[in-house]
Amino acid sequence: MVSAAAEAGAAAEVRAAEVGAAADARIATAWQALARLEDPELPPLTLVELGIVRFLKVRADGVLEAGISPTYTGCPATDYIRQLVEGALAEARIGPFKVSQVLAPAWSSDWITPAGRAKLESLSVVPPERSASAALAGGTAAVRCPRCGSGDTELTSQFGSTPCKALHRCRSCLEPFECFKCI
Amino acid sequence: MSAAAPDRGARAAGPREAPPPLVVPPLFRYLLRLGDLALVLGQRLGEWVGHAPVLEEDLGLANIALDLIGQARLLLAYAGEVEGRGRGEDDLAFSRQHAEYLNPTLAEQPNGDFGETIVRQVMLDAFQLELYERLASSRDEHLAAIAAKAVKETRYHLRYSSSWLVRLGDGTAESHARVQAALERLWPYTVELGVEDELDRDMAERGIAPRLADVRTAWSKRIDEILAEATLERPRDRPYTWFGKRGEHSEHLGYMLAEMQYLQRAYPGAQW
Repeated sequence: MVSAAAEAGAAAEVRAAEVGAAADARIATAWQALARLEDPELPPLTLVELGIVRFLKVRADGVLEAGISPTYTGCPATDYIRQLVEGALAEARIGPFKVSQVLAPAWSSDWITPAGRAKLESLSVVPPERSASAALAGGTAAVRCPRCGSGDTELTSQFGSTPCKALHRCRSCLEPFECFKCI
Repeated sequence: MSAAAPDRGARAAGPREAPPPLVVPPLFRYLLRLGDLALVLGQRLGEWVGHAPVLEEDLGLANIALDLIGQARLLLAYAGEVEGRGRGEDDLAFSRQHAEYLNPTLAEQPNGDFGETIVRQVMLDAFQLELYERLASSRDEHLAAIAAKAVKETRYHLRYSSSWLVRLGDGTAESHARVQAALERLWPYTVELGVEDELDRDMAERGIAPRLADVRTAWSKRIDEILAEATLERPRDRPYTWFGKRGEHSEHLGYMLAEMQYLQRAYPGAQW
């Protein structure tokens, strides 16, 4: 009796491990598929580098759930990004999936990865300050011109070509440039 | 006739589904107040697109409008869920009559000149900021999440509008006189922002919303600080008879909705 129960228990553990391994493989494949998706407004930055893809998990009912967060509630790219994610997951053949919107905690520019920040710089967009909450509380620190490196710059508009960017101008080289806003 | 009769009889005798209850959940109405404020103000600001004094302000006002419409989408979608009659964000935005809109009357006031738009914006940005900050700890988790998201955007909105009010108020004699006149004209509508009714009290008692009196006090303090910096004089509170948040609006909302809803009224369900 005891050994039979132990055997059944061991078998269940093996099955659970197999299910777990299969789930891990699906999640890994899905991450790979999503890692290729670029933000429609900021290529070559990817959605993963921007911190828009919040999690991937396999639910108890076998559905792989992808959580994505809007950067700004009214960002027109939000619906398009969702379609991109759904398309990539369908193409990756990882089985049934669902894309859900995650509002809490709200997306923060702090979540842009180091690789994402480097790509912003390569686009001549100044990356956001390190701590969004500090910046929101106390205003903006000096922003360096991405072209000539001068610290003598001014804010010309808090709102730029997309909701996530502000317009600045360099007083040294007189060039306008964009800065990713802290939020 | 004779063939139809048994059928009719059978239908009458058979089990009938109870009609859906027509009770309107209070939370639905409260969410409409929040969502309609964002939607109506966003639509008004959108009227500036292509008309603002300079490109930067065109972008600024359009960006704020976009944030507000984004907030309205979240709030109205949630309102539709709470109502439970299958209405989505678009149904609520485009298929309601003006008396079903529950935004404060201030939000629907016409844009006027740039200064008047800025005065309206400062009043409502400050109101939304105080409200969202408190709603972020609402007992209703979904509303709390929406508010926590919106509060970050609203801080940027108020930073924009209040810095403009200071520049205009503490600017030339002409700009000062024009924003002071706008302030006098719009001030009566701000009374409504702090008037608590049964729905506000119900929401506060259930921990869903803050006490409106607290919001009003914090709002008033913030506005005093901004007006002082802008060298503007705070008008005295005067009696006020419209209550947009109860669906009693000024004549301006109807014209705005006629334009905003035209396409969905003419081609119901149209998409592009």
